[in-house]
Amino acid sequence: MIWELELVIYIFLALSAIVALEVKDLLVAVVMMTIFSFLMALLFVAMGAIDVGFTEAVIGAGVTGILFVVVVYQTSRKSKD
Amino acid sequence: MRRQFHSPIVLLGARLLSPYIMVFGWYVIIHGHYSPGGGFQGGALLAASVLLIRVAGGRRIARLQIQEFATTPLAVIGVVIYFATGLVAMAMGGYFLDYGALPIPGMDPDWLRYTGILIIEVGIGLAVMAILVMIYDNMVKGEDYA
Repeated sequence: MIWELELVIYIFLALSAIVALEVKDLLVAVVMMTIFSFLMALLFVAMGAIDVGFTEAVIGAGVTGILFVVVVYQTSRKSKD
Repeated sequence: MRRQFHSPIVLLGARLLSPYIMVFGWYVIIHGHYSPGGGFQGGALLAASVLLIRVAGGRRIARLQIQEFATTPLAVIGVVIYFATGLVAMAMGGYFLDYGALPIPGMDPDWLRYTGILIIEVGIGLAVMAILVMIYDNMVKGEDYA
């Protein structure tokens, strides 16, 4: 693969990981983790592991995002007691 | 808890996108034995198309697609397809999941292995789809989104 494009993907990967760790809103963190997962799938495909990249795109960017959104909606920021 | 509101645009987008994801999931399952993909990935794609309707439409619309009580029998059917194929091959004198020993008449062993892997993939896809939908249904139990 073109190494400049791969470098751009690596930079965005690190950025999305840092934002997902540091942001206050949990919904933004979930979206950033989905973006991280999708960029990771692109890198897997670029490294030649098509099957791993396909699984990462389907599971990490599809199903896990939906399940995390459900968990975020079922919790509250402040405790009741 | 955030405020929920009904949005017809989100529902229309989900309804437009869901059938294409489901067709692609079946494509991945059917072509799984000689190209990237397979039962697990195709089943996860089918589950993603079902969960998209469930997230966007809520329980009243999701009831029209796959009902909540139907997920457990679907998962059981998938697991039974897997183990029945393996055990039939074992009963016919081969090893467990030895596709060459399957009793389908009129097929030479390499075509028999081709077909056996296809049957296994369909079972795995059904089980993965039903179990991922079941996890979502048990997580949102008692509450209704959208």
